[in-house]
Amino acid sequence: MNQTLDRPTASPAVGAHGDEALSLADVNAFYGESHILHGVELRVKRGELVTLLGRNGAGRSTTLKTIMNMVGSRSGSIKINGQETLGMKPHHIPRLGVGYCPEERGIFASLDVEENLLLPPTVRSGGMSLDDIYAMFPNLYERRRSQGTRLSGGEQQMLAMARILRTGAEILLLDEITEGLAPVINQKLAEVLITLKSRGMTIVLVEQNFRFAAPLADRHFVMEHGRIIETIEARDLDARREHLNSLLGV
Amino acid sequence: MTMIFGVPLAVFMGQLMLGLINGAFYALLSLGLAVIFGLLKIVNFAHGAQYMLGAFAALLGAQYLGINYWLALLLVPLVVGAFGALLERLVLRRIAHLDHLYGLLLTFGLALIFEGSLINLFGVSGASYPIPEALSGGIKLPFMFLPTYRGWVLVAALVVCLGTWFIIERTRLGAYLRAGTENPALMQAFGVNVPLLVTLTYGFGVALAAFAGVLAAPLYPVSPTMGSSLLIVVFAVVVIGGMGSILGAILTGLAMGLIEGLTKVYYPEAANTVIFLVMIMVLMLRPAGLFGKEA
Ligand SMILES: Nc1ncnc2c1ncn2[C@@H]1O[C@H](COP(=O)(O)OP(=O)(O)OP(=O)(O)O)[C@@H](O)[C@H]1O
Ligand SMILES: [Mg+2]
Repeated sequence: MNQTLDRPTASPAVGAHGDEALSLADVNAFYGESHILHGVELRVKRGELVTLLGRNGAGRSTTLKTIMNMVGSRSGSIKINGQETLGMKPHHIPRLGVGYCPEERGIFASLDVEENLLLPPTVRSGGMSLDDIYAMFPNLYERRRSQGTRLSGGEQQMLAMARILRTGAEILLLDEITEGLAPVINQKLAEVLITLKSRGMTIVLVEQNFRFAAPLADRHFVMEHGRIIETIEARDLDARREHLNSLLGV
Repeated sequence: MTMIFGVPLAVFMGQLMLGLINGAFYALLSLGLAVIFGLLKIVNFAHGAQYMLGAFAALLGAQYLGINYWLALLLVPLVVGAFGALLERLVLRRIAHLDHLYGLLLTFGLALIFEGSLINLFGVSGASYPIPEALSGGIKLPFMFLPTYRGWVLVAALVVCLGTWFIIERTRLGAYLRAGTENPALMQAFGVNVPLLVTLTYGFGVALAAFAGVLAAPLYPVSPTMGSSLLIVVFAVVVIGGMGSILGAILTGLAMGLIEGLTKVYYPEAANTVIFLVMIMVLMLRPAGLFGKEA
């Protein structure tokens, strides 16, 4: 299951950035005429869990969409596992091992739960099997023949997460997965994230719920007006809590 | 002689059968329209012309290449479908980002070009295509005489309709299609080549029309305008059934054929308009169509 161990470790030829799963440099993004991201800089090492924090409209969802090439246009450099992806077509990016869970969850109404689970094509070997997934999310098994959008919000969120785990993706971009969910479900999601991290996955978590994210993350990026304005390491969190709160306006 | 509401049973059943066969064509064509509309959001006004191209391809293939009916039934949908895919790739894709009205206008223009070119080459009067030998003659049913070819058309159309329904509703490829219809951007983010899916879907819808065209060739005169009059009725069928429902398109097509046939028995004067009357009623009572989702 631990696919990162099977791969050869970074060779000297790959250089100092060989252990970087994701690296954004001077990234700008546009929706039509509106300029949303202004020079985003972001580096995530393999196996790290980082958060993107910020107020509403700061550009966190747009950052994930830009990585997936789902925005109008983008510039700068976006490397995935060291490979430049700026010129890539949207459907090629997931095949580098990236799984994306959108803010609105994107459960398909015309598909039942199991069809939703099986929908995303496998991008790499080593993904979780359907059995593994049902073991992790027993609710989904019980409701596997239900229409996708008939599930509760929490179940839909689990479904949205679960379906990218099947594909073998090892870089997960998760947008506000706790939004509007009950504490017990958040607890469950936190456990899932801890499991995934222990399996060597790289996770970028866009979160409003800082209490959910704080114990999980290695590092926090704070965004404002389409820029990363602050990077806070987990070990500095206690000391800089007040500063962070003022940045987030809480 | 058995009578049904004052009409001999044989006449009654005969009209019903004719209606059902017309309905099979409505079903095939509205199914293709529904498949195309689902993913491309384009009302494919070229559908009638593509049906006509299917019939013409069968006719010309027989005349110049000696392609027999059975081979035509297989090859023509492939060739015309591939031509459709090319059309999507080279023409329709360029306007895909614009309002869907442009797609309607563009396909309408394409239909006129296809029709006009063929009128120029072959004139408006139709040619006839022979019924394949294996399907000539008829079957004597207890209540009526059924020409074998008409029976075959019904069976073939139903098999293709149900096969299409099965692929779309029960297979992985169909799940891609359904999901792509709902949220193509997310499908791309999962690694699905949506532009390719769009091209193939359009090609498939066109192939269905061409298949209907080959089926129709031995029944109706093959002429450049054979598609345009049919398409108007098929659009009415689609409005009645509601855009976007696969099973709805099939069932409505068959039902409207039957209603047309029944009207021919009891009030022949209204046979050509009854579908439009139903359309108006449905539009007033249930604007999204019988099988459409209410907005
Ligand atoms: N499709 C779009 N077209 C035009 N502008 C957009 C689009 N999507 C987002 N924006 C704008 O981009 C900015 C950043 O939006 P984004 O969704 O990235 O914010 P966010 O940080 O995820 O905030 P939140 O999800 O909490 O609202 C906002 O000002 C928003 O209005
Ligand atoms: Mg957001």
